[in-house]
Amino acid sequence: MKYLCLIYDDERLFATTPKPEMDKMMSEYRAFGESIKKSGHHIAGYQLQPIDTATTLRSRNGKVSTTDGPFAETKEQLGGFYLIEAKDLNDALQVASRIPSVKTGSIEVRPIVEHQATAKPAEALAGSSAA
Amino acid sequence: MLATLIRLLDDFDLAEEALHDAFAAAVEQWETEGVPANPRAWLVSTGRFKAIDRLRRDARLENVDSSMIDKIEASPDPFRSDDELEDDRLRLIFTCCHPALSPDARIALTLREVCGLTTEEVAHAFLTPPPTLAQRIVRAKSKIREARIPYEIPERAELPERLDSVLHVIYLVFNEGYLASSGESLTRADLSGEAIRLGRLVAELLPEPEVIGLLALMILHDARRAARSGPAGEIILLEDQDRSLWNRAQIDEGVELVERAIQSHRFGPYTQQAAIAAVHAEARDAKSTDWRQIVGLYDVLLRTDPSPVVELNRAAAVAMSEGPAAGLALIDSILVRGDLVDYHLAHAARGDLCRRLGRVAEAIVSYETALRLTTQTAERDFMTRRLEELRLTSPR
Repeated sequence: MKYLCLIYDDERLFATTPKPEMDKMMSEYRAFGESIKKSGHHIAGYQLQPIDTATTLRSRNGKVSTTDGPFAETKEQLGGFYLIEAKDLNDALQVASRIPSVKTGSIEVRPIVEHQATAKPAEALAGSSAA
Repeated sequence: MLATLIRLLDDFDLAEEALHDAFAAAVEQWETEGVPANPRAWLVSTGRFKAIDRLRRDARLENVDSSMIDKIEASPDPFRSDDELEDDRLRLIFTCCHPALSPDARIALTLREVCGLTTEEVAHAFLTPPPTLAQRIVRAKSKIREARIPYEIPERAELPERLDSVLHVIYLVFNEGYLASSGESLTRADLSGEAIRLGRLVAELLPEPEVIGLLALMILHDARRAARSGPAGEIILLEDQDRSLWNRAQIDEGVELVERAIQSHRFGPYTQQAAIAAVHAEARDAKSTDWRQIVGLYDVLLRTDPSPVVELNRAAAVAMSEGPAAGLALIDSILVRGDLVDYHLAHAARGDLCRRLGRVAEAIVSYETALRLTTQTAERDFMTRRLEELRLTSPR
């Protein structure tokens, strides 16, 4: 089963973090990335550019509006994510608890909706004609 | 049996329906063919077949995934031994108390799925409208399914945190029943009984020191139930209680459990609170209570589980061992810090100590504050009574 681990952190804190600490954080992320590749949990994982590079789109009544950044002023911003494959929620939580940002920000773990096999409709038709 | 079916079917609702069907079948079949050698095994395996029937029926009506049926049919002989049945109950408890569920949902789900209370009973006990509670349960079950909260006993490394969550749920259920005023409390007192039963079950399945400590704490508190309120439901304080009404058998059991937990040398806050309750329970009256020992136990508790409420309780014990002035100084230092200023019992305790010191005007102010912060009827009555007595001694 797939889970998305959303990494929320305070960007402003990063801006003021001294370089040695940033380097340490980066090497922790590299080590974490390696470890979940080795364990088979890793599907994808990316760091995002800061929130002031974000653009938000909305389309209402056919009219598209484009605005700068997300609207809500929040203390923590979405800064990156991992998409992982895990046995169940406990397994996913165990992986998420090792994401380095868990110590400074927070990690939101969301299960991915898995749609059933697409071969279904044909089967259903066969079933109804038999009945 | 429900726990086993939930494991086999991987679905709470399906398991409930299946068990219901199995009981219905038993009523018919056992009457004509006699009770089977192992009725529980019979019910579990019948429930499993009934669930498969249901799924087949649904699969024909709608277009439902048949892989579920294959999975259940492929699962091995559902019933192996009574030990595994017990493991299933423990799995169910850990699932219902999973920290990924909201605290309210954990309580509702545990009472319903583990204790077997109906949604209406749980709603009534928690003074919640039944539809709200039903909604809470539906949401929790859907999270278990969609986020795939596993149906398993946690591994060693996770056990302490997960067990904490289970114990917390049990203690909340107990307090909900214990702290309720008498009058409307009939069903709520049952909640304390339910919590104790649950505590016994977990202690039997997983005899960790803190599980035993919590069980001891609940039993020792519960032993005082009959003495805690008067005929009209009014509150009677510990020092004024008729101790002949305390349940001796429960006290003996509680004390024995505390001793067992302490001997492990791995105990925590529940055991420490139980030890305090045991000292109270063994004293003939308030005066002959070993208050010095109680203060010492609170010191230990403050180190393992510091909180302003524990500090307040310690202050009350200090007042008993060293005099009201010493206790009052401690309470004031908590309030000055800004802690517990909205907690009615802090002001009530302050009022009581001022009263003992003859500082009537101050006592009245504190009791008035306490009264303003209290919503519960029996507690309000108690404070109103105290205020009336105080006003008589100092006409303003």
